[in-house]
Amino acid sequence: MKASTSVAITAFVLVAGFALCALQFPNIASTRVVANLLTDNAFLGIVAAGMTFVIISGGIDLSVGSVIGFTTVFTALAIERWGIPPLAAFAMVLVLCALFGAAMGTVIHVFELPPFIVTLAGMFLARGISFLLSTESIPITAPIYSAVSDFAIRLPGGGRLTAIAIAMLVILVLCALLLHLTRFGANVYALGGSRAATALMGIPVGSMTIRIYMLSSVLAGLAGIVFSFYTAAGYSLSAVGVELDTIAAVVIGGTLLTGGQGSVIGTFLGVLIQGMIQTYINFDGTLSSWWTKIATGVLLFVFIALQQGLMALARRSSLKPAGAKPAGAPT
Amino acid sequence: MSDFSAPPATRPALLDIRGLSKSFGTLKALDGVDFTLGEGEIHALLGENGAGKSTLIKVVTGVFARDAGTVRLAGREIAPRSAKDAVDAGIATVYQEVNLLPNLSVAQNLFLGRQPTRFGVVREGEMKRRARALLLDYGLDIDVGAPLSSYSVAVQHITAIARAVDLSARVLILDEPTASLDRHEVEILFNVMRKLADRGIGIVFVSHFLDQVYEICDRVTVLRNGRLIGSRDIADLPRLDLIRMMLGRELAETTHERAASQPDTAREVCVSFKRYGKQGYVAPFDLELRCGEVVGLAGLLGSGRTETARLVFGAERADSGEATIDGKAIKLNSPRDGAGFGFGYCPEERKTEGIVADLTVRENIVLALQARRGLHRPLSRREQDEIAMRYIRMLDIRPPDPERPIGLLSGGNQQKALLARWLATSPKLLVLDEPTRGIDVGAHAEIIRLVRELCDQGLALLVISSELDEIVTYSNRVVVLRDREHVEELKGDAIEVSSILAAIAADTAPAREVAS
Repeated sequence: MKASTSVAITAFVLVAGFALCALQFPNIASTRVVANLLTDNAFLGIVAAGMTFVIISGGIDLSVGSVIGFTTVFTALAIERWGIPPLAAFAMVLVLCALFGAAMGTVIHVFELPPFIVTLAGMFLARGISFLLSTESIPITAPIYSAVSDFAIRLPGGGRLTAIAIAMLVILVLCALLLHLTRFGANVYALGGSRAATALMGIPVGSMTIRIYMLSSVLAGLAGIVFSFYTAAGYSLSAVGVELDTIAAVVIGGTLLTGGQGSVIGTFLGVLIQGMIQTYINFDGTLSSWWTKIATGVLLFVFIALQQGLMALARRSSLKPAGAKPAGAPT
Repeated sequence: MSDFSAPPATRPALLDIRGLSKSFGTLKALDGVDFTLGEGEIHALLGENGAGKSTLIKVVTGVFARDAGTVRLAGREIAPRSAKDAVDAGIATVYQEVNLLPNLSVAQNLFLGRQPTRFGVVREGEMKRRARALLLDYGLDIDVGAPLSSYSVAVQHITAIARAVDLSARVLILDEPTASLDRHEVEILFNVMRKLADRGIGIVFVSHFLDQVYEICDRVTVLRNGRLIGSRDIADLPRLDLIRMMLGRELAETTHERAASQPDTAREVCVSFKRYGKQGYVAPFDLELRCGEVVGLAGLLGSGRTETARLVFGAERADSGEATIDGKAIKLNSPRDGAGFGFGYCPEERKTEGIVADLTVRENIVLALQARRGLHRPLSRREQDEIAMRYIRMLDIRPPDPERPIGLLSGGNQQKALLARWLATSPKLLVLDEPTRGIDVGAHAEIIRLVRELCDQGLALLVISSELDEIVTYSNRVVVLRDREHVEELKGDAIEVSSILAAIAADTAPAREVAS
């Protein structure tokens, strides 16, 4: 109930914000703008889905931005320089990402280190390796890239739902199913509730941790591939700081930074809110694009304060009915 | 030890523990303890803090490794190495702090890790149906889809029990399950326990509520200082005998002659409390503490001893009555207030509330003095060294090295350093909560000697102890507590172990249970 409340608030902010934007710039309310918004934020949506799992489980993954950067460089090099077929290159890079995530999860679990530190190390490591691979921007000219960027579903009103936007939507739906309908998903929430209690209840905490960070890194890899489609290039400086945008989107979407609560749909709304702010600033034209950061910062602050307030309220109100609930009181 | 076990034919031993020992450093937490639990038996495990109850549970459930002894479950020897091992073997524990996940639904908590699935998807409806059916068996008719945190502790306890039993537990250990339940909830829990016992599950019930022990248990085992005092059928054990088993005479070598009593009026009153109390914490009490006098607080665990001490020091805020010094009302709302009036407090939980383990002995000793002087007037290093050395010598803290981290000292020496901390502030009143808990016999006698010396020097002392002999030895007056109420004050020659025991046991006759 608490979780759905914060998602509802996020949805309300999105709708209200969009309405305000549309009042000022009526052109915003078109399928074209909305479809562009999805395309522009496709990679963010994918990586944020992974981050949602990590944060609900009580962890954090600071390495995702660097993993995206690494993926674009590796993919570009593999296709353009090493002559590897694009699909094989994708498979290779995803395997590498999976291994990378598994390694971080293993270190976190085995050495009982804070995820913050381990993934921070991962962040430097992945970024460093991508610089090692190449420091320049490598354009990708493979035919599959132009084919994919040409593909789009035409929407009424002139919008084009691009392949990468569709990819994001599909991945989000799959992640939502995984999180909300499977044992794996339940275990993710359990870990965020209490690691010790989860272990006592016989859940293999170690393998869960490893799989969660694997998932996050693989999704970051997918986001990297999507990003390479979006920019048609590989560059070691791409997606710098994206991990923070991602965390912001997840938290604005109602996921508790302390773990145990959250949803993929909320994260999707959080991504859309950030995209909306960006779109507004583009429409305005006079504002510096740094205003996106300022607006995101303010929103983040408001949402965290709101969550705390809601939690406190829920705690207070749950005290009263709790005593009256046991036995015999049919609900 | 006289043993009245029922014929083994009706109650085959389900859990059989022989000669279990466990030491932490020099302290024997468990010393050759035997314990037998029959099928369908509800067996109380009693003892004061530090008696070894929780160590016993932790050894049996694999949290601690044992030093010696055997544990047999239904005739088969087991040696669990983790809580999960123990659960797999069939021993489940439900702690006072429920070890479930408050953020998940009741149904998820019951079935986590074994939810019914189809094609990898959890069958939410089926899971809820099963959860509901499971809990109905325990007399709970609740919305199993709601988060666990939205329910009372009683429901959470029963959920934990239901999960444990559903995982085929044969032995269920309930550690202080009723501590945070009201009377009605306790009744629900007891019904569940009786039902489970009827199904042949053996239940170990750890509690300090003797009324509840008499109400629900078949047998009782008492531990004291890590040793087995005895196992009896509850029906054959009068309450006074049970309390004597828990608190009774021991450590004869530390029993000194009682302090010569002087007339009370001869001493100056340090602080007095009138109708002082806090609702739901300790009933209002009158208490006068005089300089050069030791007042002992006696009673069972949970009777309100520590609570009284915390009110006196100001660690807890009273909501009725008044405290006066020299006839003037004073405010005692925080430990700072207490320290300001020259009160000192050595808490029972030495490790968590007393020492700062990583700091040195010197730093620990000067802590309270420095806090009183404030940050603006730091003690110079030379003053610190002087103070530390003075008390290390005076109290014979060993090893006499002020720069050693206090966490490395033995329990008795940590206790002395804590005493030194307060003595350095030249207090008027010192509150000692279980000053001899968990320290070896030699240090034990020394602490008692110290208490008397301090008293002779004109300090007012308020001392809590579960060792009645000890209390009798040094107290000028003894306040006896029961059910969070000061029920009797003994003076002079009336202070004897037997009279304290009688005061603790009096009036807790079965007739009164119904009312509580």
